[in-house]
Amino acid sequence: MRMDRRTFLKGLGTGIAVAAPGCSLLPCRLEAKEVVASKEFMGVLVDTTRCIGCRSCELACAEAHAMPVPDISDASALDKIRQTSVTQWTLVNRYQTEKGEVFAKKQCMHCNQPGCVAACLVKAMQKRENGAVTWDTNCMGCRYCMISCPFDIPKFEYDSAFPKIQKCSLCWERLQKGEKPACVEACPAEALAFDSRRELIEEANRRIYKESGKYISHIYGEREVGGTGYLYISAVPFEQIGFRTDLGTTAYPELSKGFLYSVPIVLLLWPAFLIGVNTITKRKDEVQRREGGKK
Amino acid sequence: MNTVIAAEEKRELKDIVAFIRSELKPKGKLLTPFNLISAPIILLGVLLILYRLARGMGAVTNLSQEFPWGIWIGFDVMVGVAFAGGAYVLTFVVYILRSDKYHSIIRATVLNGLLAYVFYAGAIFLDLGRWWNITNPLWGNKFGVNSVLFLIAWHFLLYMLAEFVEFSPAIAEWLGLRKLRKILGSLTVGAVIVGIALSTLHQAGLGALFMMAKGKVHPLWYTEFIPVLFFVSSIFAGLSMVIFEGTISHRVFSDKISHEDHAAYDDMLIGLSQGCAVAMFVYFFAQFLILIHGWHWALLNTPMGYWYLTEMVGLVAIPCFMFFQGARYRNMLLIRTAAILAMIGIIVNRLNISIIAFKWWVPFSERYFPSWMEIVITLAIILTEIWVFRWIVNRMPVFGKPPAWAEEKHQ
Repeated sequence: MRMDRRTFLKGLGTGIAVAAPGCSLLPCRLEAKEVVASKEFMGVLVDTTRCIGCRSCELACAEAHAMPVPDISDASALDKIRQTSVTQWTLVNRYQTEKGEVFAKKQCMHCNQPGCVAACLVKAMQKRENGAVTWDTNCMGCRYCMISCPFDIPKFEYDSAFPKIQKCSLCWERLQKGEKPACVEACPAEALAFDSRRELIEEANRRIYKESGKYISHIYGEREVGGTGYLYISAVPFEQIGFRTDLGTTAYPELSKGFLYSVPIVLLLWPAFLIGVNTITKRKDEVQRREGGKK
Repeated sequence: MNTVIAAEEKRELKDIVAFIRSELKPKGKLLTPFNLISAPIILLGVLLILYRLARGMGAVTNLSQEFPWGIWIGFDVMVGVAFAGGAYVLTFVVYILRSDKYHSIIRATVLNGLLAYVFYAGAIFLDLGRWWNITNPLWGNKFGVNSVLFLIAWHFLLYMLAEFVEFSPAIAEWLGLRKLRKILGSLTVGAVIVGIALSTLHQAGLGALFMMAKGKVHPLWYTEFIPVLFFVSSIFAGLSMVIFEGTISHRVFSDKISHEDHAAYDDMLIGLSQGCAVAMFVYFFAQFLILIHGWHWALLNTPMGYWYLTEMVGLVAIPCFMFFQGARYRNMLLIRTAAILAMIGIIVNRLNISIIAFKWWVPFSERYFPSWMEIVITLAIILTEIWVFRWIVNRMPVFGKPPAWAEEKHQ
């Protein structure tokens, strides 16, 4: 087939029509940078050997975020393992372990590269410069963040006509003002420490080395799912205090990276291939018709 | 010159409005058994949708913090879009490979695909808790380009446009707009190429959504190849749907289909059946390789393992074999049965990944099971789609031949 101007323009038009959305869908920035504008990610170190299960952190969190205040004098709440909820961003669970009772605080882990942030198609879920993972009201309510969170932290208000996603924000507003997260400030046992993630890992290692035999040699969150803002040290293996230890060290956004990288390639090569096949079959068709005409 | 054309168009516009008005009136009997059953369900569905919008998701659905996605995503979107895959496969065969054999069913298939996207992908709207923000991914600085869902949202939208362009010549023929018909007809191949590229990616993309559900989807189903598996399975899901839909359409709309088409139809079914068989074989083989490389043999001897084998053998390997045999011995009944089995297989597969094998460790009493209201709304969506499909088929040249003036020159 002769490539005349008309065919050329048609092909060009199709190419542009395909390439335009292709380029806009390029995955430009897959990884949240660990250090943004020379600021470090902040985090919290939870020393489960120090936690006394007083639930002051639950109270402080509820007060700081205008949520229903729990009655922390009622110890029966600890009888069963609880999950965070739309009205409770953090809580303490009690576990029976090989070394007796251990308390462990639960809340958003503030991953270095959060699955929920990569999942969000409107950037409602954000990794802030200081490390906090926060939710914003431009959310569509698709709940893909809930599917993508390895720790099942985002909670959705099913009973509201104007629902929100509720989760720990690392007290992002307080951090802006230079304050500590409410839970850290409220902890009477110094089980919680707030600092840069780098400092916290050093502190955790210091404690593990110094008091040999007291801790198991593992900082939960140092490598899990690519590293998290909340870090835990413990005297007992983490499976015994409600942690998933099968999540691996790959950051969750990496899991769909392969697919996203294939997108621009497919969008450019596939149409080119199809146009090629179409040109060949068109020629065949014409030859056939010409021969048919002769008969 | 231009003013003459403009005047012509103006006069036409008036006629067209009158024509559309006359066409809006129902044709045929209103009190058919299908109408009597479907109308109340659709009505109830509409009421429930209003209730859901007023009172929130929890008032209507059984969704929970553990199971954020139910049948509106797992069935309506995942299965609906897979079944709509017939459109991109057949447009590839008809417009790219230029096989005339399937020309007579291309319009019905494209229409089905278009409506499936409008209704089933449209079901996302109901599932969005904050639906008033549905246009957020389209503009502003709110492009979550790292999200697979962002890609799917854009692809759904663009693909609906592509399918509309592919179907639009039928609308122009219906309205008797010759000039427009010519312009729209010339856009078809471009729309087909764009449509195939978009389909490849968002069919795979629906699977890629679950890549970040690692640790939540049972290891027998979770693999990094889910996107590839979703794409390959959408080929035979779509073709099986074409076989199934065609079987029903040929009964219901038999008056619209010329005799010649009935005769050629068997040949077409055999071709579709061969396509299904090959795609299913590739799919089965890929699943088999993934199972071997995943070292999950021990898991096969568990309840979830038996369920996995039921899906892979009963709903993939067996219908695949039936398609081969059906095509070989020209056994239409075997082909149709295989199509139904393959479709059940797709439903089971998509529900497994999104609901059944999702957090498989959660005890039965705490698992998600759709509420009757979720099911009624789903039924209402399907039935409305059928109503719209019927309305269009009864008016536009979908099954029958286009008007003489619109016949393509070389035919």
